[in-house]
Amino acid sequence: MCGIVGLFLKNKALEPKLGSMMSGMLATMCDRGPDSAGFAVYGSGDSSHVKLTVRAMSCAFDFASLARRLSEAIGSPVPVEIRDSHGVFTIPEGAEQTARKTIEGLGDDVRIVGLGTRMEIYKEVGRPDTVAKRFHLENMAGSHGIAHTRMATDFAVTTTGAPPIYTGRDQCLVHNGSLSNHNALRRQLKRRGLSFETENDTEVAAGYLTWRLSEGDSLGDALKHSLDDLDGFYTFVVGTEDGFGVLRDPIACKPAVMAETDDYVAFGSEYRALVGLPGIEKAHVWEPKPATVYFWERH
Amino acid sequence: MPTIDLEVTSLREFNQMLHDLAEGTNDTYFRVVNPRGRHAIAAGVDAPITVEIDGNAGYYCAGMNKRANIIINGSAGVGVAENMMSGRVHVKGDASASAGATGCGGLLVIDGNAASRCGISARGVDILVKGSVGHMSAFMAQAGSLVVLGDTGDALGDSLYEARLFVRGKVNSLGSDCVEKPLRDEHKQALGKLLKGAGLDGQVDPSEFRRYGSARQLYHFHMDNLGAY
Repeated sequence: MCGIVGLFLKNKALEPKLGSMMSGMLATMCDRGPDSAGFAVYGSGDSSHVKLTVRAMSCAFDFASLARRLSEAIGSPVPVEIRDSHGVFTIPEGAEQTARKTIEGLGDDVRIVGLGTRMEIYKEVGRPDTVAKRFHLENMAGSHGIAHTRMATDFAVTTTGAPPIYTGRDQCLVHNGSLSNHNALRRQLKRRGLSFETENDTEVAAGYLTWRLSEGDSLGDALKHSLDDLDGFYTFVVGTEDGFGVLRDPIACKPAVMAETDDYVAFGSEYRALVGLPGIEKAHVWEPKPATVYFWERH
Repeated sequence: MPTIDLEVTSLREFNQMLHDLAEGTNDTYFRVVNPRGRHAIAAGVDAPITVEIDGNAGYYCAGMNKRANIIINGSAGVGVAENMMSGRVHVKGDASASAGATGCGGLLVIDGNAASRCGISARGVDILVKGSVGHMSAFMAQAGSLVVLGDTGDALGDSLYEARLFVRGKVNSLGSDCVEKPLRDEHKQALGKLLKGAGLDGQVDPSEFRRYGSARQLYHFHMDNLGAY
């Protein structure tokens, strides 16, 4: 089943409340996905730095010592913000490869789960409301975010390869549905040089978009191409630095509902996920059309 | 005239209350506030009562309805009035996918639009949508009728059996084995009756519609069995 939600704020005054609005949406979606949860938040950031979200296998992982190692390797201070099993490292622009090498050198204990000027990604196994509390989602500020709650049906309950998966700088994907040609597509993408950590179909969908983007597609074009190349039923919500996009497959049997007011645009697998949002009673609520790419961006 | 606040009374309790109504009960009108998209509100009712829901309902609202008159002053989620047997369900807003799916009887009226698969596998329910319907509507519909005042999405009436389809607006495309058929006087009369039942008597002219039905090439149709449909 799985549940996905997305929230894009048009009214800047609401930005300090993004996390609390999202955590309410996420908690409702426990019913659609009680096994694990993940979310991406687009918060503060500046163009001279890049934020690396690193997930550790154990909460006991020493992020402070990793920050020191990164500072030494890069030659300038690297601040880290630790939230439960995740650490967000702020790296000077241009030092990303060095940081990556240092982190990847630590083996399987840690993994980079997100990279971007403003994007931070968190994911953990457990009930989504508990996961949100562990990371203090309710205190996070930002302009927009997307989230996923998972009911594991086809694949193991792990956070490896769990949504949101980052597909590029400040870009990530959450997905509800299942792809029937993910094995063939994974093989094709591997031949093109992409690597995969899991047998999970979401990772293939994310890999596919990453590949299309590297071929020069805009995100909108990459989503349109996915209608031709991905077989199965799915609803995608894609986060970008400036906003988020929604795409449903042509059959559209995976649920999706959207609401828009002067203050925000919200996406939910069910309307129930949206009922806690301010002014929802007066919002324009509708169901996104199949095989149609929707986008909302900050101006 | 009980008012049920679903933030106070649990949904299960409320539905049980409706299921437990004795024949000839004096409680014939229930008002529901704070539905907040909850699923299966007033599902499985079998009593000649009116339930009025103030707000948006979630999945399967008024499912399996028998005899009741259920009004949703808002929009409805997936499968509103699915498998309804009789009575009347009125959605004042929009309906999500599979509205009136597998319905056996009664009347479903949707003031706004219905999403995909409206009336899928219908078996006798009459559905009237004042707006438009999405793709694959009336898929494999066996009996009953679907009246659409607006447009339809792709593949209307795919693999249709004997349900009657009337569309006033544009049909994006017809599904397999669904064809346009002439709108004769008898059909206009039947359509007029449906429009009247939905409170549109005199407001909508039946002759503005086109009629669609099964080409009867995909299933074993025998003229001798027509009465059985």
